[in-house]
Amino acid sequence: MTGHPLSFRKRGRLSFRAKRGISFILALSCLLTLAAVAQNSSQLRFCLRTEPKTFDPLLVDDESSLAIRYLTGGVLTRVDRHTQELTPELAESWKVTPDGKQINFKLRHDVHFSDGTAFSADDVAFTMKRLMDPTLHSPVGDEFRAAGNAVITKVIAPDQVSITFPGPIVGIDRIFDELVIVSAHSLKKEAAVLGPFMVAEYKAGSSVLLERNPNYWKKDSQGRRLPYLDSIHLDIQSNRDVEMLRFKRGELDLINVIDTDYFDRLASSSPQLVHDAGPSLDSDFLWFNQVAAASIPEYKRAWFRSANFRRAVSEALNREDIARIVYNGHAQPAVGPVSPANRFWFNSTLKPEPHNPQASLDRLKADGFHMQNGTLVDKSGNPVEFSIVTNAGSKPRERMGVLIQEDLGKIGMKVNLVTLDFPSLIERISQKFNYEAALLGFHNVSLDPTDQMNIWMSSAENHAWNPQQKSPETAWEAEIDKLMRAQAETSDAKKRKQSFDRVQEIVYEQAPFIYLVNLNALSAVSTSVAGANPGILFPQTFWNAERLTLTGTATAKR
Amino acid sequence: MKAARYLACVVVLIVCGLSLAANWLAPAGYAKQFREVPDSPPSRAHLLGTDELGRDRFARTLYGTRISLLLAPAAALVSTALAALIGGIAGYLGGMWLKMARAFTDLFLSLPWLFLLITVRALLPLNVSPLVSVLITFLVLGLLGWAASARVLSTSADALRSSDFVLQARASGLDGPRLFLVHVLPNLKPILYAQFWISIPVFILSEANLGVLGLGVAEPLPSWGSLLRELEGLISFREEPWRLVPLLLLIVVMTSFQLLLSNEEVTA
Repeated sequence: MTGHPLSFRKRGRLSFRAKRGISFILALSCLLTLAAVAQNSSQLRFCLRTEPKTFDPLLVDDESSLAIRYLTGGVLTRVDRHTQELTPELAESWKVTPDGKQINFKLRHDVHFSDGTAFSADDVAFTMKRLMDPTLHSPVGDEFRAAGNAVITKVIAPDQVSITFPGPIVGIDRIFDELVIVSAHSLKKEAAVLGPFMVAEYKAGSSVLLERNPNYWKKDSQGRRLPYLDSIHLDIQSNRDVEMLRFKRGELDLINVIDTDYFDRLASSSPQLVHDAGPSLDSDFLWFNQVAAASIPEYKRAWFRSANFRRAVSEALNREDIARIVYNGHAQPAVGPVSPANRFWFNSTLKPEPHNPQASLDRLKADGFHMQNGTLVDKSGNPVEFSIVTNAGSKPRERMGVLIQEDLGKIGMKVNLVTLDFPSLIERISQKFNYEAALLGFHNVSLDPTDQMNIWMSSAENHAWNPQQKSPETAWEAEIDKLMRAQAETSDAKKRKQSFDRVQEIVYEQAPFIYLVNLNALSAVSTSVAGANPGILFPQTFWNAERLTLTGTATAKR
Repeated sequence: MKAARYLACVVVLIVCGLSLAANWLAPAGYAKQFREVPDSPPSRAHLLGTDELGRDRFARTLYGTRISLLLAPAAALVSTALAALIGGIAGYLGGMWLKMARAFTDLFLSLPWLFLLITVRALLPLNVSPLVSVLITFLVLGLLGWAASARVLSTSADALRSSDFVLQARASGLDGPRLFLVHVLPNLKPILYAQFWISIPVFILSEANLGVLGLGVAEPLPSWGSLLRELEGLISFREEPWRLVPLLLLIVVMTSFQLLLSNEEVTA
C-alpha cells in the first residue's frame, strides 16, 4: 500500500525538518559542551607592567622576563619564597665541599622537558657551558663568575653532576635558584622547559599565554600532577589605573605589587582582596655627596663628611610619620641595609633611629654648628642650606622630601627639594656628582649580603656617597671593605653573619645612607584564587603558581 | 551680556581679593603640616580639608591662586608679546620675511620640547628657592609658548597688509614702523587678546605637567598646577568633592576672563 502522494511529501518534509532540528540540537549541545570545557579550563590572568625583553632564561634582566622565567623554568634548588629556606627541586640533594668551591648535585629521575625530552646531568652541563660562554653576556652568569670564569662542570652519572668554581662562592647552593636548566638535546631549545608552565603564545605589546606543562614533574599529595591551572594569561599593561579597574571588574585575578594609594582604595571597598605581607626587602634612604672631586663648596663637603652631621640629620627625621603619612602605614621605620624581613641576615640588636630634634641639635653643637635667628649656621657662619634631588613623578618620594624638608626646617636647616627626570638624576649622582643630597630607594631581590658587595665596597661603582675609591678614604670604610671580603670568603654561615652584623653596626653609626623606611609588600588577589599566600619575596603572589586553583565562578565569568 | 560681564568682573575681583588676603584668611600658611590629620575632609579648622601631608587645602588654594593668577598671565604676556613681534612684523613685511618667519615658527613647533626642557632643567642650579623656581618655570613657559600664536598673527597681519585701508595709508605716504603701529597693530589687538587669554590656562596646565620633569613649582610652594596634580588618580569625585575646588576655581576664573572681553575680542 502506498500512501497519498501528498501525505508522503508531507511526511518527507517533516522528516527533513526533524533532521535539521536534530542537527541543530546536536550542534548546540556540542557548542555547549565546548563552552563548558572552556569554562572549566582554569586560566589565571594578571598583568606584566612591561614587555618581556627575552624568553631566554639565561638572559633575563627585567621583571617581566623574570616572572615568565619563574613560571616556566626548572631549577636545581629553590629558595622557598615563604620560609626563605633552600628547598630541593630538580636536584634531589646536594653537597658543598668544605672549601666552598665545589657543589655536587644528585638529580631527580623520570623528569622530562615539556617536549618530552628526558632530563639528565647533560642538560645541567650544557646549561653551565652556555651560561659561562662570554659571548652570551648572561646577567645570570655574573654571580657564577664571581670567582673567575674557569668553572668546570663534570657529569659523573646521568643523575649526578659536579660543578667546581675557581674560588669559594658564598651561598653556592642558593645561586642555583636563578639558574634555569635548558635542554641539551631538544630541538625546541629554550622553549622546552622543566617548569610548571610553558610559553604557548606571545603577542608583542599585548599578551603572553602560558599553558600547563603536561610533563611537569611535581605531584600533589594525592598523586595528581601539578600544576592545577590550565593556563596563565599575562596581559602587558603599564597603566596601573587600567590594571586596577580590570581587577575590580574581575578581568584579572591578581596584582602582584600594588601601590599604597590603590591598596587603600581597594581595601576600603573590598578588604578581602588586599594583602599586606609586612616589611619587604625594599627601602628608601637619603645620602649626602661625599665625593672629593664633586663641584660643591668645601664647607658643605665638610658637613657631609662629618658623621655627626649625618647622624644629626638622621635623628631629626621622623620615620614614623614618613611611614604613616607617605605610605599610609604600609611601611616600617628602617634600621639599615637589611630589612627585618630578611630573617637570617638582619641585625636584630639595632633599632630605628628615634626622632629626637634636641639630640640632633646637641650633636651638631659638637661640630660647631649653632642657631642664629632661627637658622642653623656652621662654625664659619655659613647657613646650613642644601638641596635634595629625587626622581620626578614618584609621589611617595616627593611627599617624603616635603616631610624631610619640614623636619630639618625645625632644626634650622633649609632644604630645597628638586625633582629631576630619572636619566638626569642618575647622571648627576653617578657620573657628574653634581648634587648635594639624594633621596632614592633600593629594590632588593636577594637575601644574601654578597649581592650587596657592589654597594659597600669602597671601590664599587654603586658606593653612592663616594664611589670608586682607589683606597678607602676613611677608617670605617676600610673596615667595611675588610668585613665584606671576610663574609664573602668563608662558607661558615655563623662567621659570615658576625661580619655582616658588624657592617650593619658601622652603617648605623656612620650613616652614609640614612635609611628611612622599609616598604611593605602589598598585593591584591581575587577571592576566586585558592591557595594564594602572598609573601615578601618576588614573585609575591604567584610563587606557588603550580598549586593555585580558580573557583568555578572565576572561570564561568570569562 | 552686560550683567554677565559685571558678574565676571565681581568674580575676578573676589578671587584676587581672597588670594591677596591669604595671609589673614589662612594664617597657618601653605607649608604648615598638620601631620595628625593628613588627607582629612573639610572641617572648621580646615575649610577644604587637608592634603596628603596634612597641609591646609584652603590656604594652599589661596596662595596657589595668588601665584598662578600673577605668573600665568605674566608668562602669557611674554609669549603674546613675542608672538606679536615675530608673527606680526613678519606678516606685515610679507614676502621673504613671512616665509622665513613661518619656517622658523614651524621649526620651533616641531622641536622635541620635552627633551629641550629636560636639558634646560639640567642647566639650572639645584639650590634655588621655591620662589625663584616658580619664576623660572613661568619665564620658560613664556619664552617657549609664542610659536602657535605667532603663526596665527602672521596670517592675520599678512591679510591686513593687502587690505584697502593699509593700501590707502601707503598711498598717503605712510610707511615703515608707523604704518605697523598705527594701522596694523591696532587691528591685530582682538587676536592678541584672544591668544593672551587662551595662553593662560594652557600655561597653568603646562606648569602642572612640567612638575613631572622637575621644572614645576618647587615644594612647598603651591600653584594651581600643583593643586591640579593632586587630582591624579582620583577615581570617585563623589566621595571627595572638595578636592575639585582648584579645578572649579580655574574654570570660573578663566570663564570670567573670557566674559570680560568684548564680543569682538572673543570672536577674533
